[in-house]
Amino acid sequence: MYDEISKISALESDQTEKLHNKQAILPPSTKPSAERITAPPVSLTNVSVRYNDLIAIEQANLDVPAGQITALVGPSGCGKSSLLSTINRMTDTIPGCHVSGEIWVGDKNILHTSTDLSYLRRQVGMVFQQPNPFPLSIEENIRFPLKEHGIRDKATVNHMIESVLTQVGLWPEVNSRLKQNALRLSGGQQQRLCIARCLALKPSVILFDEPCSALDPLASATVEELIKQLTPTYTVLMVTHNLAQARRIADHIAVCWMQSGCGCIIESGDTESIFERPIHPITRAFCQGDKG
Amino acid sequence: MVSNIKSKYAANELNLNKAKFKHNIIALAIWSTALLTVSLPLMMLWTIGVEGFPQLSLQFLLTEPTHAGRSGGILPMLISTLWILCICLVTVVPIGLGCALYLSECVTADSTIGRIVGLSLDVLSGVPSIVFGLFGYAVFAIQLGLGFSILSGGLSLACMVLPLFIRTTEQALRACPTAYRRAAEALDLSLFAFVARILLPSAASNIAIAFIISTGRALAETAVLIFTAGYVTRIPSHWSDSGRALSVHIYDLSMNVPGGQPNAAATAVVLMLLIIVINLVAHRLSKRWQLLE
Ligand SMILES: Nc1ncnc2c1ncn2[C@@H]1O[C@H](COP(=O)(O)OP(=O)(O)OP(=O)(O)O)[C@@H](O)[C@H]1O
Ligand SMILES: [Mg+2]
Repeated sequence: MYDEISKISALESDQTEKLHNKQAILPPSTKPSAERITAPPVSLTNVSVRYNDLIAIEQANLDVPAGQITALVGPSGCGKSSLLSTINRMTDTIPGCHVSGEIWVGDKNILHTSTDLSYLRRQVGMVFQQPNPFPLSIEENIRFPLKEHGIRDKATVNHMIESVLTQVGLWPEVNSRLKQNALRLSGGQQQRLCIARCLALKPSVILFDEPCSALDPLASATVEELIKQLTPTYTVLMVTHNLAQARRIADHIAVCWMQSGCGCIIESGDTESIFERPIHPITRAFCQGDKG
Repeated sequence: MVSNIKSKYAANELNLNKAKFKHNIIALAIWSTALLTVSLPLMMLWTIGVEGFPQLSLQFLLTEPTHAGRSGGILPMLISTLWILCICLVTVVPIGLGCALYLSECVTADSTIGRIVGLSLDVLSGVPSIVFGLFGYAVFAIQLGLGFSILSGGLSLACMVLPLFIRTTEQALRACPTAYRRAAEALDLSLFAFVARILLPSAASNIAIAFIISTGRALAETAVLIFTAGYVTRIPSHWSDSGRALSVHIYDLSMNVPGGQPNAAATAVVLMLLIIVINLVAHRLSKRWQLLE
């Protein structure tokens, strides 16, 4: 516990230092990057998701505390992915999909029309169930998005590539073959590359949609460990089918369930209370299933 | 009791044999259709080859025809064909690629515009080639004043090949995994960057195939060119010159020139070899392209 606190405070002081440095060196117009250093909380209020006539999520309320891991669990088809992808507005491009309610990332309601989508996508990163690196070389997978976001300086980019690959533990495994096609990596390595690619854009919130379910147990454990390390720098919301996994790594749990044909968040709270003292009978049955 | 089981067993055996027999018959049928499909082009090559190969020589490729094509070579036709093909493809590829990108990236298949474009493409690809010939003659040759020329021919041919190229290219683009699209979206990549770096390279081999199919179609086309590129057997020196394509030459020799059959067959062999070579080159290229990334 004490370790945890000292870690956080060390990080905070590190961040304030960076903040000061940045403000000293950079002109005021580059302030947004300084703002993004502390992870914001995410909060969903009465969010509904509709695909034409099908209501996938009805009036969901969910608090994702800053700098912690929140796991969204529930049976297949209850709308977890749909809910997750409202937070970076990936739902915008799905034909027939409508989202209503309020989604607060920090102090901004990102469902508001004035939201800068490009800024939002950088602020809220997403990792998918199937590892989806681009059919480019390993380093190009990271360099290409950076370039697209205007970071072209060779030294900066190379440094960034090394640092994010180190962060996801890939650097020792791939540093000798950065030019190799990323599709030749194993599934677990590909998933970690995807996480690295996401981290390179310096998001403050990261959404994981079942990041381990396409991986073997060993690779899955590695990715799990990696996600754990992302706190408290990042706010993490993770969908998972694996209750044991949720229990291992999440600080908070939200349970999603089908009720009268549409998905609802039936209960949420910190991990211990959801597993030890569930209030909703469905939650009890669901989590008892995990115990038994 | 035991005999009962035995008879049951025997009945099972019988059923099993029946099933096996049925299986064999079906397998045989499937095999023979496959064999037929393989043997068809071989038979074709054989029929044409027997008549055409003896005529083939470097001389045949590098000289001009004499006696209305009964003797001599096909040099002017080769050159005209390549000219026409070039003009056709130079027109088709940018327009076709742009339209295919529009269809696959900018509109959903069930939107009004998407449906209108799709419908007009389907109509266009169903139009008989002779109609494209007449259209090309009326528009390019007469109205635009290009006359019987390589340019008229190439442009008319482009009109005919365009729907085919667009449709096949669109399919190639749509085959790009949605996972890439989702990743690009989540990373906020611009459409241009996604298209240039991910979509086109990943669809390259299939676009190359679309290109080959279109080239083959253009090379084989006769009706369009008779009305637009003309008949003249001279070597064209400019794209405003008239020129006779290989396929028109084959048609002319076998229909209008008594005794032109052997040279028609030889020209057909050249045409087929050309198509085969283009196929191989494109195949190689697309493989190389995939490995590069
Ligand atoms: N693009 C779409 N168009 C129409 N309906 C959709 C679309 N995506 C999802 N749905 C529907 O929304 C509901 C919720 O789907 P969603 O993918 O969010 O569930 P999930 O909880 O993530 O399931 P899983 O655990 O299997 O991934 C389902 O009934 C699904 O059929
Ligand atoms: Mg899902």
